[in-house]
Amino acid sequence: MTGKTLYDKIWDAHLVHEAEDGSSLLYIDRHLVHEVTSPQAFEGLRMTGRQVRAPEKTIAVPDHNVPTTAGRDKIIENEDSRIQVEALDKNARDFGINYYPVSDVRQGIVHIVGPEQGWTLPGMTVVCGDSHTATHGAFGSLAHGIGTSEVEHVLATQTLIQSKSKNMKVEITGQLRPGVTAKDITLSVIGRTGTAGGTGYVIEYCGEAIRALSMEGRMTVCNMAIEGGARAGLIAPDQTTFDYVKGRPHAPKGAQWEAALDWWKTLYSDDDAHWDKVITIRGEDIAPVVTWGTSPEDVLAITDVVPDPSSFKGGKVDAAKRALDYMGLTAGTPLRDIKIDTVFIGSCTNGRIEDLRAAAAILKGKKIKDGMRAMVVPGSGLVRAQAEEEGLADIFKEAGFEWRLAGCSMCLAMNPDQLAPGERCAATSNRNFEGRQGKGGRTHLMSPAMAAAAAITGHLTDVREMM
Amino acid sequence: MDKFESFSGVAAPMPLVNIDTDMIIPKQFLKTIKRSGLGVNLFAEMRYLDDGSENPDFVLNNAAYRDAEIIVAGDNFGCGSSREHAPWAIKDFGIKCVISTSFADIFFNNCFKNGILPITLPQEQIDVLMKDAEKGSNARLDIDLENQTVTTSEGESFAFEVDPFRKHCLLEGLDDIGLTLEKAAAIDSFEGQASQARPWV
Repeated sequence: MTGKTLYDKIWDAHLVHEAEDGSSLLYIDRHLVHEVTSPQAFEGLRMTGRQVRAPEKTIAVPDHNVPTTAGRDKIIENEDSRIQVEALDKNARDFGINYYPVSDVRQGIVHIVGPEQGWTLPGMTVVCGDSHTATHGAFGSLAHGIGTSEVEHVLATQTLIQSKSKNMKVEITGQLRPGVTAKDITLSVIGRTGTAGGTGYVIEYCGEAIRALSMEGRMTVCNMAIEGGARAGLIAPDQTTFDYVKGRPHAPKGAQWEAALDWWKTLYSDDDAHWDKVITIRGEDIAPVVTWGTSPEDVLAITDVVPDPSSFKGGKVDAAKRALDYMGLTAGTPLRDIKIDTVFIGSCTNGRIEDLRAAAAILKGKKIKDGMRAMVVPGSGLVRAQAEEEGLADIFKEAGFEWRLAGCSMCLAMNPDQLAPGERCAATSNRNFEGRQGKGGRTHLMSPAMAAAAAITGHLTDVREMM
Repeated sequence: MDKFESFSGVAAPMPLVNIDTDMIIPKQFLKTIKRSGLGVNLFAEMRYLDDGSENPDFVLNNAAYRDAEIIVAGDNFGCGSSREHAPWAIKDFGIKCVISTSFADIFFNNCFKNGILPITLPQEQIDVLMKDAEKGSNARLDIDLENQTVTTSEGESFAFEVDPFRKHCLLEGLDDIGLTLEKAAAIDSFEGQASQARPWV
């Protein structure tokens, strides 16, 4: 008998029912909820007279369209945003679920708050009406985004109807070179496999370079599994994971901690497990990268040039032409010559303390380019407080960055933080789609250190030259 | 949910690859607490010019495709965000079926929850369907879920795969939550066992 992958083990431990046609009912340990994809689900419960089955396993926080400026706990000016946040306030109260309102220092991006508060633990199933739920896979939990109908399904039944995905292994061997980060790993993988390369799979990231990452870095890697098309990304838990989890408010304590640890230590892929697809990348071959186009697969090393659309195949030729037109770029231009006017550091991809430290290390004692609009949006109120305590906030402010309150902010620009048409942004977020950061806005994705470097020079920059 | 019935409809060709959910329904339309009324905002940034008027170059603004009920799309349709507003907008516009070489996972799931049939076919067959769709309103595709076939206006027929459970739910217009609640005893029993095995959860 062949062994099991980590995904197989978590799946088996949560299987409630398996039908003959292969559709399975999977138990959900943690359900995270935010204001944008949940109102219709709660409305559905009310219309059918259903309750939330496990309110103690349901955690809500407003993040997508909250402003990141002072005074937001008093009034949110945009009426539609305010209605959504107020609806979440009411739904959390009426259904008795765990809640971190805007006024709570623990409020932040749902995928940062969950791990921070110890809700996310190894071996769990975690879902949220948000595609970047993949983030929680960093703990060796099976975590993925769901639609609003499924949000309602999980609220009512604490289960999800699923069909099993295939297993893909992505191994990053060896060591990363200086200036190369978790963001460069995850973008490079998508650059290699394409945005549909993971469709139908759950990815497990492994290898020496993954093991060497902190939990923050692992969350960055798993966060973008969805951009590679995968249902989820996973990293097997190890001592780094246990050290991060221990002592967090909702982590197990005492004898339960020991019992949990015993089980968590069994959560790895067996040596003889079957993989449907394997990708191996040498850590030494990964460079600091940026995106040039309007798909997260449009990834190149910062030392490269804007590609010629005719160098692609099939439908990608027209897509690349369209992308260059939208991005206002000409084939052959060195990426380092691309001027930017906005810098956004934050998001569930790169809004954690380690990300702010990396950016601050580049910015220390320097100023951003004249005319540059630059903002840091910490991923949670607690990340913000810690950054202030470590003196990072002062570094950002002295450099000329705006120091904002926590939220999703300019990653998806549902709140007032948006690009104007034609503005070009160095962003640490996860999507460079047309209009993502504001209609007509142009996004280049990169690591926090690379974004900080670009803020100083005013153009895309190889961070290694500033280290 | 309404039962999904076989139908014959106009198909709009959208050969662009990686059509993402931000294109399908831009973020400014997610600030609703309702499921309905999003059809007017479907593909808003491609469909309307800056002054709010229709972009004459966009396929769904072409007289031939205004009543399209099918989209034939490039690879990896629906990638990006999990927003169910994307299928809600598609459905509200009147589209009942999307055909592509591949779909992003969450969008694919969301379609079935809203009575939309996503069909995956190989590139060669998509090429044939795309050509047929380009003929405009004179060409109609036949979508037969019961027999799992798509037929062009020329009579060329392609078979497609669909998960049996999902097919059954679409054909019968079944509500997932109701079906799952029939298994409440199994959920209770699982919860009992799991709380013994993993009391910290």
